[in-house]
Amino acid sequence: MKLTAMSKQLYYEDVATGSEISPLTKQPTTRQLVMWAGVSGDYNPIHYDKDFALDRGLPGVIVQGQLIGCFLGQLMTDWIGEQGILRKLSCSYKGMNFPGEALICKGKVNKKYIKDSQHYVECSLWVENPKGEKTVSGRAIVILPSSG
Amino acid sequence: MVDKPLITEELMAKIGMEGKPREYEVERGMIKRFAQAIDDQNPLWQDEEYARKSKYGNIIAPPTFIAAIGFEQFMEETLALASFTTILHGKTELECYQPIRPKEIITVTTKITDIRQRQGKAGKVVFITFATTYKNQKQELVAKCQQMVIGY
Repeated sequence: MKLTAMSKQLYYEDVATGSEISPLTKQPTTRQLVMWAGVSGDYNPIHYDKDFALDRGLPGVIVQGQLIGCFLGQLMTDWIGEQGILRKLSCSYKGMNFPGEALICKGKVNKKYIKDSQHYVECSLWVENPKGEKTVSGRAIVILPSSG
Repeated sequence: MVDKPLITEELMAKIGMEGKPREYEVERGMIKRFAQAIDDQNPLWQDEEYARKSKYGNIIAPPTFIAAIGFEQFMEETLALASFTTILHGKTELECYQPIRPKEIITVTTKITDIRQRQGKAGKVVFITFATTYKNQKQELVAKCQQMVIGY
């Protein structure tokens, strides 16, 4: 696997309220769902056994919510760079996602402030499926370095 | 027709009670496998040479790694006291105070904070909320996680 070097460091001063975070597209395969089951210990067959999922009234195997939560985690760690700290990440799973679908992770800056000499940025996050539906929504609080 | 109860009284009695703490040793291989599973190619999680030169001095785990520690054992215990056909994740709220590093011993303690039952169109739906704290071998709080799962 090719590891990519981190992008340029983001500073508190670079961020403006209302600005968008560069989106991250993930396209989980059933193989990835199985890998996630292995590392997370979530062996619910609705995520890898199609017959089981159909029997439970689902349209097919579905992507684990927690895996998509990790995609939102990556959206933030990619954005904040090595010097940034992800302090808080919350995700609310609203709709089902299916393997093979391109999931676009997006975010927007809501607020920035300095507290106890730390530089905080609050963002709202969401995931869009190919139909443009927001299947996961979330929030994040990060601490960024200051260039000033 | 009367719906069969989905959860036992024993599970209801666990609300507000802290579970037995469990210890997990973090290995470098676990962190790499986790990063591969989520397909996150950030070199901080996987490239030792790169990570050595970073401010962390070694590879660290992605912040979301924490939610996978101890989840399996907690769910096993909980589901043994329930009879759900399907269980889904509803919400996750993670607070990170320190990065997780290889060789750390993480003590995980989980408490069920709330169980609610609602009558849905196709039967009863149960919402279980639980809060987990993660401490390292120095007894420092490294993370907290609140999760909600939906069973029916």
